[in-house]
Amino acid sequence: MSAAAPLRLALVGNPNSGKTALFNQLTGSRQKVANYAGVTVERKEGRLVSRSGRHYAVLDLPGAYSLHAASLDEAITRDLCRGYLPGEPAPDVLVCVVDGTNLRLHLRFALEVRELGKPMLLALNMADVARRRGIHIDLAVLARELGVPVVETVAVQQNGSAALVEQLDRMAEGLQPPQRQIAQGADLHQETRRLLAAAVQMPTRTASIDGALDRWLLHPVFGLVALALVMFLIFQAVYAWAAPLMGVIAAATGWLGDSVGAVLPEGPLSSLLVNGVIAGLGGVIVFLPQILILFAFILALEESGYLPRAAFLLDRMMASAGLSGRSFIPLLSSFACAIPGIMATRSIQDPRDRLATILVAPLMTCSARLPVYALLIGAFIPQRQVWGVFNQQGLVLFGLYVAGILSALMVSWVMKKWRRDKGEHPLLLELPSYRVPQVRDVLIGLWERAWIFLRRVGGIILALTILLWFLLSYPAAPGDGTLSAIEYSFAGRIGHAMTGIFAPIGFNWQICIALIPGMAAREVAVASLATVYALSAADDSAAAQALTPLIADGWSLATALSLLVWFIYAPMCISTLATIKRETNSWRKMSFATIYLFALAYGASFVTYQLAVLLGAG
Amino acid sequence: MTLADLPKRTPAIVASVHESSAQDNIARRLRELGFVAGERVEMLVCGPFGREPLLVQVGFTRFALRRSEAARVHLRTDGEAA
Repeated sequence: MSAAAPLRLALVGNPNSGKTALFNQLTGSRQKVANYAGVTVERKEGRLVSRSGRHYAVLDLPGAYSLHAASLDEAITRDLCRGYLPGEPAPDVLVCVVDGTNLRLHLRFALEVRELGKPMLLALNMADVARRRGIHIDLAVLARELGVPVVETVAVQQNGSAALVEQLDRMAEGLQPPQRQIAQGADLHQETRRLLAAAVQMPTRTASIDGALDRWLLHPVFGLVALALVMFLIFQAVYAWAAPLMGVIAAATGWLGDSVGAVLPEGPLSSLLVNGVIAGLGGVIVFLPQILILFAFILALEESGYLPRAAFLLDRMMASAGLSGRSFIPLLSSFACAIPGIMATRSIQDPRDRLATILVAPLMTCSARLPVYALLIGAFIPQRQVWGVFNQQGLVLFGLYVAGILSALMVSWVMKKWRRDKGEHPLLLELPSYRVPQVRDVLIGLWERAWIFLRRVGGIILALTILLWFLLSYPAAPGDGTLSAIEYSFAGRIGHAMTGIFAPIGFNWQICIALIPGMAAREVAVASLATVYALSAADDSAAAQALTPLIADGWSLATALSLLVWFIYAPMCISTLATIKRETNSWRKMSFATIYLFALAYGASFVTYQLAVLLGAG
Repeated sequence: MTLADLPKRTPAIVASVHESSAQDNIARRLRELGFVAGERVEMLVCGPFGREPLLVQVGFTRFALRRSEAARVHLRTDGEAA
C-alpha cells in the first residue's frame, strides 16, 4: 500500500480549535513550512503513517470562521478546500476540527465545510476538557445527524489522535461524500441548534475559570498592571538571560575566525572567510538567543490565550494611532528584531492595519541597535545620578526606546490622516478559553521560527558581507601609499563621497564608512568603526573596546547625539527592507519604508546636530 | 436597543444584525460568529481606554468588539432574557 500515492488530508477548522496542536500530534516533527505560491500565508505540510502502514500527506490549513473569506488566510482555506488553488491538488479528505467546548460556533463552520460535498470527517477535539466540564456529546447521534463520521481527539495527549487515524484508514478503503446536505431553505444556524439539541448536553456555557481570570486580567487597572509586569518580565528575560549565551556565541565565532585565520595562508581567501563570512554571519547568529527567548514567551502566551487579552487592553489606544490591538504582538517582537516582527503581522487580517504595523515595526528599538547605543552612551554620556535615583546613562537609553515608540505612534497617526481613511477596520477578535501551553507545541513553533529567521537572514547577510568585504578590501593600497589601506578602498571612497550629504548632520567620513557595513546589520557598524579607526591609525591592536576613548576625543558631543538619534530610525537594515518587500510583495511599499525612514533619520539628526552646535556642543 | 448600549452583565437576546451599508462585511461576519436572532448575548467587560472594546459572550465564545461593531447588533426589547 505504501507504494501508492499518499492520501491527501487537509485539517480545516476555526481558529482556536486546537487544529495546529492536532497537526503536531499527527505529524510530529516531520513538517515542512513554506508559503503558498505568491502570497504570505503559511503552508504547513506533514507526513503521517498509520499503524496499518498507510501513508498520508497532511496539510494544516489556516484557521477560518467561514468560507465567505474575510481575510487572505480564509481565502486560501476556501480555495484549497474547493481545489481551486493553482498548484495545489484538491484534498482527498477534509478533517474538520472542532473544539468540543465551543460547538455552537464551530459546528456552524463544519456545516459550511460539509456543504462542499467532499469526503469529510469531524474531529471532536479537546474531548477531555469537554468531559471535565460536564459536556456530554453523543458521538453516534452527532455522526448520524451530520452524515459524516465523528471521532474524539485530544490533541495534547499521547495517542489522543488514535481514533482519528483508525477512522481515516477505514475511510480510505472507499471514499464517500457526506451522507446529508442541508435542507433547502434552512439556514446553518438553525441546523447547528438542531444538532446541538439532538446530540449535546451542556450544563454551563463557559468555564468558570475564564470568567474569573478575565475579571482580573481585563480589569482597567489590574489588567494593565498585569500586562506591564508580563512585558517587564519578557524584556528582562530577553536582555538579561540571553547575555551569557550571546557571549558564548560571540566567543565561538571569534575562535572559529582565529582558527581559520591560523590555518589558511594570509591572502584574499583567508580575509574573505574570516573578516567577511564568519564575522558577518556571527554578527547575526549572536541575536538568536534573544529571538528564541522572545519567541518562547510569545508562543507560550499565545497558546495560553493571553495575547488576545493584551490586544483587548491596548486596542483603543492603538486604534487612535491608526493601528489595532492586533499590532501589539508584532511590535513586541520587533524589540528583538524587526524581521520576525514583520513576519508576525500575518496575524493581522485587515490590510491597512497590517501595512501600518509593518511600516512602523522598524522603529521599535531592536537589539541590534544596542551595541551602537552602548558605545555612544558609554563614550559621551557621563555616568551620573539624576535626582538621586536614576542613572543618567540608563535614562538616555530609556529615552531612546521611548523616542522609537512615540515616533511609531506618530508615523502611523500621520499615515492614517494622510490617507483620509474613512473605512472601518474591524476588531472582531475572539478571546479563547485559557489553556496551559504544551511544551511540544511551543518547541515545534520555536524550531520553525528559528529556522525561518536563519534562512531569511542567512542568505542576505552572507551575500552582503561578501560584497562589503570586497568594497573594504579593494583596490588594495599602492606599495608607496602613505594613507591607511581603507582610504584607498571603494568603501573609503564612498565614505568620503558621502560626507557631502552627511556633514550637515555632523557625520565625519569614518562614520559614513561604518554606515555602509551597518546596512547588513546595524550592530556591524561598531565593528566597522573599529576597523576604520584601527586601519586609519595603522594600529592592529586597536579593538572595539579601544574605540571608546578614541571617539570620545575625536567626535564632538553634537556628532554623538546626532548619531544616536540617527539610530532611532536607522533605515539601513537591508534584511528588514528585504522582509518588508517579501511580506508586502511590493517594491513600492518597500521603497516608501526606506525613504520615510531615511527622511525621518536625516531630519531628526539634522535638528539634533544643529541644535547641539547652537548650544555650544559642536 | 443595541449591544453597544447593553449594561454590563445583563443577558439579552439578539433580534437582528443591521447592515450599516449595502455591502457590510462586518455585519455578515457578526452573523457568522453567532450574532443571529434568538441568540443569548452578554457584555462582560469594557476596555480600559474610552470604555472600548467590549468583551461580549455569544454562545460559548467571547469576542472583543469595538462599539461601532456592537452597535450593529440590535437586541430584543420585549421580555427579558430566558
